[in-house]
Amino acid sequence: MNGLELCGVTIRAGAFVVDNINLVVPAGEYFILMGHTGAGKSLLMKAVCGVQPVARGQILIADRDVTQLDPRVRRIGYVPQDSGLFPHLNVRQNIGFALDLIGLDARQAAARVEALAVEIGIVALLKRRVISLSGGERQKVSLARALAREPRLLLLDEPVSALDEAARDEICALLQRVHQEHHLTAIHICHNRAEAARLGNRVGLMNNGRLVSVEAGRVVA
Amino acid sequence: MGHEVGLSRPSPLRIICAGFLCLFALLIVCLVGADISYLGVKKVGLYKAIELLGQERILFALRMSVVTSLTTLILVMITAVPVGYALSRFRFPGIALLNTLVDVPIVLPPVVIGISLLALFSFGVGEPIRRALASANLSLVSGVGIVMCQYLMAVSYGIRSVKTAFQGVDPVLENVARVLGCSEWQAFWRVTLPLARNGLIAGGVMAWARAIGVFGPLMVFVGTGPHVLVMPTTLWLELSIGNIETAIVIALIMLAFAGVALTLVHWFSPEGTAV
Repeated sequence: MNGLELCGVTIRAGAFVVDNINLVVPAGEYFILMGHTGAGKSLLMKAVCGVQPVARGQILIADRDVTQLDPRVRRIGYVPQDSGLFPHLNVRQNIGFALDLIGLDARQAAARVEALAVEIGIVALLKRRVISLSGGERQKVSLARALAREPRLLLLDEPVSALDEAARDEICALLQRVHQEHHLTAIHICHNRAEAARLGNRVGLMNNGRLVSVEAGRVVA
Repeated sequence: MGHEVGLSRPSPLRIICAGFLCLFALLIVCLVGADISYLGVKKVGLYKAIELLGQERILFALRMSVVTSLTTLILVMITAVPVGYALSRFRFPGIALLNTLVDVPIVLPPVVIGISLLALFSFGVGEPIRRALASANLSLVSGVGIVMCQYLMAVSYGIRSVKTAFQGVDPVLENVARVLGCSEWQAFWRVTLPLARNGLIAGGVMAWARAIGVFGPLMVFVGTGPHVLVMPTTLWLELSIGNIETAIVIALIMLAFAGVALTLVHWFSPEGTAV
């Protein structure tokens, strides 16, 4: 089964075009997407999420065509660059956000949040306000929130680019562990070759709206 | 070293700016002080002022002002939230024109709004509405007409404030909410609205303050009949018959309303965005 399949995906955003992207990411793969700023990586990721319309082509997640589907039914975990945490909610509320929408009652949602906090190592942060968190802590909370709905696909838009080296190492190790334990397909945008080599099974390179190459990354265990 | 001297010594620019700031503040204080001191000179104390305010027609105007301006506030917010959101989020052909149209009531002389309303309901598309209101025993020369004037004068301020409040909410957060399982409406309700809340409250207070002070369009559209008097038109009537003390007491009440409104606006405005 494929985790993500892009068939001739074309996206228009004003004058900029992400043109005819064809890519198959097998289920369970950790795929790295690299490229200069403005290459179209984030736009492509938004289209996979369903918040950016696709002009042409198809997007398949777990072999299901989701091109015209609403973002909420795609079962995607999304970690944006600046964490995208909701500043009016505390950490617990952020992780549990929208768990009620999948039919969990308050007790079940609280249990899910606790379990994720233990797994990610952020139990001590649960009552904290988002504004008081460090960059690394924010990304951990964002990752826990993304995992809360048990996604099939994890999209990580430069999750460590704004962090210092120690925090970056810690988050990379966490991403590696989460990817393996949850058997997720992951697409990770990054600019750092060492980070790409450490995490990715394969590395795709985008330039000016086109996917110009896909190469093997680290040796898969 | 030169840098330190520059910082410790007030520069001409700072002196000029601070001077004008003080002069302007003094002007406002003098205006308010003049009203109070006039009452003092005329020996109108607190007891007498309360007595003046207690006159039936003044109380009626006060009630009418509060009721109509609060009704206007509700109508303004019902309009401003969707319009402000659309202008802050959507990009479509003609948006620049719509932005300009929304601002038109701000730059129009108030009396023009009154005359335009007269024209609209005399022989324009509003005539059927006037007839429908008449058949329901409702006249435009009533609270309905007052609310129309207040709405047109206040709605643009409401829309601009709400638009600014929504622009302050990162659209990425809405996208995240939708990916997490929210519909567009749920994302708006659970993320955008709470994050824009303070800006919306500030905008609402600003629009209400604008509405309660409307005068020009009322003089043209509903006149100064005894059943359509609000605070500004009553103030003018009292002045025109020589009751200056009563007019000044009404002015002080309106100043108090404005003071409360501005305090609320600054209290709720996101830092640095107070209108």
